[in-house]
Parts: sequence; C-alpha cells; structure tokens
Amino acid sequence: MRYLPLTEADRRQMLGVIGTKSVDDLFRDVPAAARLTTLIDLPMHAGEIEVERQMARLAARNVSAGSVPFFCGAGAYRHHVPASVDHLIQRSEYLTSYTPYQPEIAQGTLQYLFEFQTQICMLTGMEVANASMYDGSTGTAEAVLMAARVTGRKRVVLSRQLHPQYAETVRTTCEMADIEVVDGDAATLDDKTACFVVQNPDFYGSIADITPLSDAAHAKGALLIAVVTEIVSLGAITPPGEMGADIVVGEGQSIGNALNFGGPYLGILATRQKFLRQMPGRLAGETVDAEGRRGFVLTLSTREQHIRREKATSNICTNSGLCVLAFTIHLSLLGEDGFRRLAALNHDRAVLAADRLSKVKGVELVTPTFFNEFTLKLSKPAAAVVDTLAGQGIIAGVPVSRLKPNDPAAANLLLVAVTETVTPSDIDALAGALAKVL
Amino acid sequence: MEHHAMTTRYTKDHEWVRIDGNTATVGITPYAAEQLGDVVFVELPSVGKKVTKGGEAAVVESVKAASEVYAPLSGEVVEVNSALEGEPAKVNADPAGNGWFLKLKVTNEAELGELMSETQYNEYLKGL
Amino acid sequence: MMNKQGRPTAATGGDTAGFTTISGHSGLDHEEKLIFELGRTGKCGVDLPEPELKHDRLGGLRRRGTIGLPGLSEPEVVRHFVRLSRKNYAIDSGFYPLGSCTMKHNPRLNEKMARLAGFADIHPLQPVSTVQGALALIDQLAHWLKLLTNMPAVAMSPKAGAHGELCGLMAIKAAHEARGDRRTVVLVPESAHGTNPATAALVGYTVEEVPANERGRVDLEALKAKLGPHVAAIMLTNPNTCGLFENDMIEISKAVHAAGAYFYCDGANFNAIVGRVRPGDLGIDAMHINLHKTFSTPHGGGGPGSGPVVLSAALAPFAPLPLVVHGKDGFQLVEDPATAKAHDAQPYGRMSAFHGQMGMFTRAMAYMLSHGADGLHTAAGDAVLNANYVLASLKDVMTAPFGATGPCMHEALFDDSFLKDTGVTTLDIAKAMIDEGYHPMTMYFPLVVHGAMLIEPTETESKFALDEFIRVMKGLATAAKSGDKARFEGAPHLAPRRRLDETAAARKPVLRWIPSAPRAEAAE
Repeated sequence: MRYLPLTEADRRQMLGVIGTKSVDDLFRDVPAAARLTTLIDLPMHAGEIEVERQMARLAARNVSAGSVPFFCGAGAYRHHVPASVDHLIQRSEYLTSYTPYQPEIAQGTLQYLFEFQTQICMLTGMEVANASMYDGSTGTAEAVLMAARVTGRKRVVLSRQLHPQYAETVRTTCEMADIEVVDGDAATLDDKTACFVVQNPDFYGSIADITPLSDAAHAKGALLIAVVTEIVSLGAITPPGEMGADIVVGEGQSIGNALNFGGPYLGILATRQKFLRQMPGRLAGETVDAEGRRGFVLTLSTREQHIRREKATSNICTNSGLCVLAFTIHLSLLGEDGFRRLAALNHDRAVLAADRLSKVKGVELVTPTFFNEFTLKLSKPAAAVVDTLAGQGIIAGVPVSRLKPNDPAAANLLLVAVTETVTPSDIDALAGALAKVL
Repeated sequence: MEHHAMTTRYTKDHEWVRIDGNTATVGITPYAAEQLGDVVFVELPSVGKKVTKGGEAAVVESVKAASEVYAPLSGEVVEVNSALEGEPAKVNADPAGNGWFLKLKVTNEAELGELMSETQYNEYLKGL
Repeated sequence: MMNKQGRPTAATGGDTAGFTTISGHSGLDHEEKLIFELGRTGKCGVDLPEPELKHDRLGGLRRRGTIGLPGLSEPEVVRHFVRLSRKNYAIDSGFYPLGSCTMKHNPRLNEKMARLAGFADIHPLQPVSTVQGALALIDQLAHWLKLLTNMPAVAMSPKAGAHGELCGLMAIKAAHEARGDRRTVVLVPESAHGTNPATAALVGYTVEEVPANERGRVDLEALKAKLGPHVAAIMLTNPNTCGLFENDMIEISKAVHAAGAYFYCDGANFNAIVGRVRPGDLGIDAMHINLHKTFSTPHGGGGPGSGPVVLSAALAPFAPLPLVVHGKDGFQLVEDPATAKAHDAQPYGRMSAFHGQMGMFTRAMAYMLSHGADGLHTAAGDAVLNANYVLASLKDVMTAPFGATGPCMHEALFDDSFLKDTGVTTLDIAKAMIDEGYHPMTMYFPLVVHGAMLIEPTETESKFALDEFIRVMKGLATAAKSGDKARFEGAPHLAPRRRLDETAAARKPVLRWIPSAPRAEAAE
C-alpha cells in the first residue's frame, strides 16, 4: 500500500528485535473479546484512479457556485482568491507542519501568525488579536465567556439582528455554563449584564453606528461585543474599534478561503490590551534569541488548557492554522489599496444589484443601508422561490426562513449577497427569473 | 534586608508568612520560585478580599506553569504588592523580601501554631 | 570549437567558523522582515477593476483614515512567504515523533480531492437539492466512522478534538437532564490531556482526578471508589497518554454504567487500534475522532482540525444540530429543533454555524478510500510495531518507566531518570535533537512521569528512518551520560534561531507590529 513503507522483511526483523512473534501479539493488552479477528466490513484499499473516480462522482452531484449566477451569503461569502495563495499554502513546510511548540524550527509559522494578529488589529481598530478561533460563531461564544469572566456577571444580551446560528451557538455554550442568554436591545441591558452582542453589518445587511450601543453597555458596566461576519466590509465601513467595541469577533473566511460548504473557516477575535489575559486562543509574541536576533514564540500560554487545565480561559487546542495563512497571504497581496478597492467593488456591485432587483415587480428592498448583502421582501415565500430558481440554474440567495423557520415575518425575506465575483449579466439573469416567478 | 526569622512560618505548599503585630505578609519560598522558573505574571487578589486558611489567595505564573498560592492564615487582604505587576521578576530575585505578594489582617491567631518553623520547613524540603 | 576554459572543481574551502556575510543571509537560509517593514504605499499584488460608484449606501459610515496595511507586488509576497516557509520543520522534511499528535504522511491526493469545485465551491446554505453529493459524502464518512468504532451514531459538526470533547460532554449533560438527574463531577485520570479537564469545567462540572497504578493504567479500584450518584462521566484516553492500552476498559465501562454515569473516550490515540479494535466493543458512550490525526488531514501549522464524535444509543438522541438524514427525497439537513423532534431527536443545541469541517471530511474520505479496511488494519499494526521497535531499541540507554509492563501501543514513553546527575535535562535533549535534524518528541507530557519524552513514530516511517533516529537518540543519551555537555549547552546551534527568550515574551508581551514613525506617503 503506497503510504506504508514497511516490507514483510522489515516487520520480521523488527519483531525479532522486540522479541515478539507477530504484530498481533503486540495487541495482547486488548481484551480478547474486543480484538477483531476479521477485517471490518468496508471496501479494500484503492489506488488513486479509483478514489478519484468515486469522489468525482460525488462532487458532480453538487452545483458549484462558480457555475451559475450565485447570490448566497448569510455568514459565508464567495470571493476570488488569487492563484498564489492556494499554491503557497500547499508548500510542505506550511501544510505538513504542526503547532509551533518548538519555536526555533517554526519561525515561518510564528511570523505569519504575528503578521495576521497585526492585520486583524488594523482591520478592526483594536489593540490586540489572537491567532484565530475555529470560526466566527464559536469565536462569538468564546467572546461571551470572556466577557463573563472579565465582568464576573452571568447574563448576556444578544441583538435580535445577530446571525441566528451564531445566536444558537452562543446559547448552547452559555446554557451549559449557567449563563443566562436574552434576546434584546439597549433597553434590555442591566447591571447584571456581562455583555451586549451586536452584529455590524447585521444579519440582514444593515449598517449602523454602534457607538450609542457601546455607550449603553458601558453605562451598565457591560462589555460591547461587535460581530463581523463579512470581514471585507472593514475595507469600506468604520471599524467597531472606532465605535467603542470592547471585543470584536467574526469570520475571516472571505479572505483567502473558499466556501467549502461551511468549513474550515477562521474566527477572528480582537480586544483591548486591558483584557489580554482573559483572551482565549493562541498568541504569537515577539522576542529575541540567544544571539539577539528578533524571533517569535507562542506566549501567555498559561491561559491555555495544557497548563491551566480546568482553570483555562478555554479548552481550545487547535486554531485554524492554514486558513489563517491563506488569509494573511491574500491580504498581503491586496494591501491597503487593493483591500479598499475590493470592498468598494463589492459595494458597487451590490448597489447595482439592489437597484436593479428592487425594480422587479413583487420585490422590495428592506435594507436601505448595506455593504455587499441586503434583504429583499418578495411577494411570495422566499424558500419556494429559491428552490424554483435553483431548478432553473440560478442560486438566488438565502431565504431568511432557512435560518428562522419559526418566524412568520421571515417567510418572504431573501438575503442576497453580491461580491466582486458577481457579473452584471448574473444580476440580469436573477432579475429576469424573479420577474417571471413572482 | 532584615528578615525576622523567628516570626516567619512556612506551609507545605511553600508559602512563607511573616507576622508583625496582627498583619501577616505572605510570599513564596525560594524553593517554590526555583521550581516555577522565571515568573512572568502574578495575579493578586483585591484589597478587602477575605481569605480562609488554605484557600486560594493568588496565582503565580511562569512561562510553562501556573501555580496557586494558598493563604497560610485566614484573614482580610489589606495590601498587595502592586510592584509585581510591572516587575514579576522580583519574585525570582528576592522571593523572601521584595517579592512578597500580599498582606493580611489576621483573624485567627491560633492558626499560626499549625504552620512550620524555618527549621521544620528546611527538614521538610530535604525529604522532597 | 570545444570549450577550453576550465575552472577549479575540487572541494576546497574547509572551516567556515566565524564567517559572516554582508547581507546577513546564510546561503539558502534568508533572514526575512515583516510584511509591514517590506511594504510600501501605492503597491498592490492584485489587479482589480476600478470602482465606479459616486454615492454609497453605507449610512454615513464610510471608513476614514488609513488601515495601515502594507502594499506589495505579487513577486514580493511570494518571495516573502516562500522564505518564511523554509524556516519550518515539517513531516515532509523529516521524522516528527510528537506523541499523541500522529504526525503521519499527508497524502496530496487528499488535497486534490478537497479542491474539486463540487466540494470547495459550494455554500453551506445553498438549496439542499443542489448539494446532494456533499451530504452523501458526509453520510458516507459517518458510515465509515460508525463501522470502525461499532457505534450507532455520530455527530459530525465539531470543529476540532477539543470541540468534540465539548460535544460529548454536552450530550452527556443533556442525557442526565432529560431524566431529571443532576450530576456535578467528571472523573479524569492524572495523565489526561489538558483539554479534558478544561472541557469538563466549561460544561459546568467539577473535575476529580483518578490516580494511575504502577502499570501506568488507571487504578480500577480507585476509580470505582470515586463513582457515585454525583459523578456524570469519566473521560479516558485509550490507548492512554502513556502509550498503553487500558486493559480494564470493559470493567470500567460496566462500573461506570452501573453508577448511572457515562463513559467519554478521548480518541486522540485511535491510530493505534483503528481497524483492529472497535471502541464501541469496550463499552464507551462517546468518543471524538481527530480527523487530523488518525485520518491524516494536514496539521497545517496548528489547524484546522475536525472532531466528529461517535455516540452510543443512550446519547444519540441528544446529538447537536445539524443532522444529515436520508429520506425518499434524498438527503436532508435538519437544522432546527422542531424538525429534529419530528425525526425523534432531541439535540441539545448547536456547536457552531453551518455543518462542520467539510474540507476535512473530503480529505479524510479520500484517505479512508485509499486505505480501505485492509490498509487501515495494516496501518495500525505498523504504527504499533514502529513504536515498539523504538521502545525496544532505546529502553536500555534511556529509561522507559512502563517498559517492563509489556508492549506499548503506538507511542513509547520515556522519562528523565537516565539523565540523573548528568546535568542534562529533557529540554536539553530536545534542543540537541533539533541540531540533529529532528523535531523533538513531545516533552513534559504526560505529567505523571518526570521529564516525560513521548515518541509516536506513526506507520508512515520506514525502517531506515527509524534506525537512523534510534542511532541518533542512542548517541545523545550516551553523550549526556558521559558528560559531553557541549552539544547540549545552548542548543540548538544550527536552527534558523537559537533558543528564544520566552520569559521576556511573557513579561512584556509584544503581540503586533507597531509602526515606529508615521508612514511616508507617496513619493516612494
């Protein structure tokens, strides 16, 4: 088998050195009742040709976003990733290396993590960022737990315009940690509240100045957690760090990373210096080596599980390594000019689309402000419209009812995302199809 | 720096406590500091916090380890060594003096008798 | 006319000690600044069309001021990241014996399959009718995981091993709550990985430690004594973090179930037994599987991972959303509690947005299809064989605290007894290994022995590679014991960096680049 280097002769020699008759004999500590005597009932090994054939068959049963007019967002966005990015992340030294626990032979990883942390601080307007969480939703849950630790309080208020699956993730985590979760707004805050979680642009796409919300939270001694699900928006909109946020958390997938049916993605978490020791996740820090040369190391590890164990700030071990690298490389290619231009392009296309679509009979734009995603109210239930259009080779967006199935007000709402990968003819195709079906 | 060795007592967890009237100064012993390695951070309690003998009073961190510092006596925290915030290295440099952690107002003097004298502590160290 | 111009070709040169370069580089090893120090305004590595919009819909919140990102052309970015990559050790470069990390070869076929447009370019919320192949793949992977473990259900969504532990414990808590049983304690062995107690604490449990016996396994009697109506679960790793199979698993599961508790198994070491032993046959209730360990999805410098959790019949109803179900209309995603109820499920909630680490599912599936039942069986056998070969070859020069109790599983544990009175520590051995061209093994874990060295070769190492490693380790052990301190003092000498000051990094953390002066605009 191509991945297994030992030959039968090797095995015999090695067993001789060990002093055992057979490989099976090395498993003598396994109770006989649990030792299998036959192979498990699964197919035998296969060469590359056969594996490719099987997997290509499965892949062919999916409609890829690039093959049709495509308008899905709701927390994951289709952007163009330059060819160099994917090529670079597949270099052996990046793909097949591990967590940089031995810094002397991991300066590559440690330096890009340091660069990433810096990029996130710049984008969010915050003072310190970690080396990533699993994704935006778990990052939000971690931020909430962090706020609970910082304030010593056990009540959390979630904005009603927070991504529903983010809210569910927060609820699940908090329920287990005996933290009360309430949906509400600034009026819901009280002096037992640890934090107020607000998304900007919100789940429907609307943009707001969240400074008054930060002020309201601070007036009650609570922290303001700002969630950003489309990180490209920070190229066009005032960042939460300039609007009073205490913790900024969100999803970095839009830069460097493909849609991948929902994962792997990368969570970003940034905060103020004063909360540093309560931050979860890995941190890369600058230092010097024995010859005085600058180098980088994982630092403040005493917050983490391998040292604090049950008193850790989180149970996290893995971060999003390679996804972070892809982000860092892509953002390095974009730079200041490219990132701002990318954001401007996204907004341009979205405005074009919103104007074109809201002229279709039966379509109403309900979010006057937006970045690259807006909400349309249709004259018919959106889920059925989306399914019909999918049958016609157009993926029209995400019906809000998919994420809010029990909310009757959501039934006719459609979330439409328009990135730089959407063309004017895609928009025309969608407009035409909607006109026919509504 | 003069240490009043006669009124210094020790715990099995390597804390020392020095009594002066009814105020007790608490720190960790040179043995503990050496075990930890370079101290990088000390988490001190708030002034006014009430602690019970054997309860967690502070946390001391090195790069690779974190260790609780337990209150040798019950009492109320009246002062903490805020110099340790910017200079945690003091704990390694002078654990028995400048590297002190906190001062307690003692509430139960009888507890002193349960602690080890310097001689007893040194014997204890030999057995480790 | 022939070329008449010769030049010298013998190996001359010799001693380069004290040789410094003008550039600061060292042959193929380049020093590399931060992108912020290399970038300039006005440069860009991407060509994008000019935006046309005159007015925006941003609600008056257009971003003002500079973000501060450096500008670089594509060649500069590529060179930067290529140079950085060359400072990393990797499995593709050499033996990477990190215990419990399973640093096995990462097949590139997996990368190719994960990048098929039909897998990589699909959105989690596009209509389910347009992603039947993706759901079929998740279902197929789930099927393999259930068969390999003999468990009836699997929660696919956890994003990493620790996330899987969280999922398992949440399901356990939900199961107890469903029968009105409030339990407060989780038992964890002293040798447990830190994620175990950290996870238990996150779910609101108090942790009690169970000691090991002199054979390095969990003390069965001590464990039984700790069981009671307040104990929710035990978390065991099997094989354990000392690399040993927990012989008493079945007795343990009986005792745990008799006490009304559940048995969580940390599957980090599944590589030792995959295809040969099914954890379901040992009585467990939940086990996370690290796809990035046993099933070779790449470690990528620290992530991403994937940690699906197999569940017993008792815990299956509580698996978190979403569920992938198969009906007459094909595959469906169950994403809300009401629909779940209609499928007789009572999910305790949701672990994250969307559906799990699809990118890791495709890679793991390619790996499983490539190996098959026979390949997996052989892989586990070779993993255990390789570890025992290392153990047998080194236990006379180094000390293996449990070497006398019998064979190890896929990893061999040594402690620092053999270094007593040499002045050389486990850390020194590790740093000297770097000079020898090896990534050090796991050090100072598990905590139950002093100066632990945990070596996991995996099955993808050849005998040649192992023999070379053994030769070097013997040399280092001998050097330490004979007082050859020079090779250890100040090691590593030959890595891109010497030992780094971790104390300074922790005392005065510098966690981002700070611009030293306002950026000079234009003109560059």
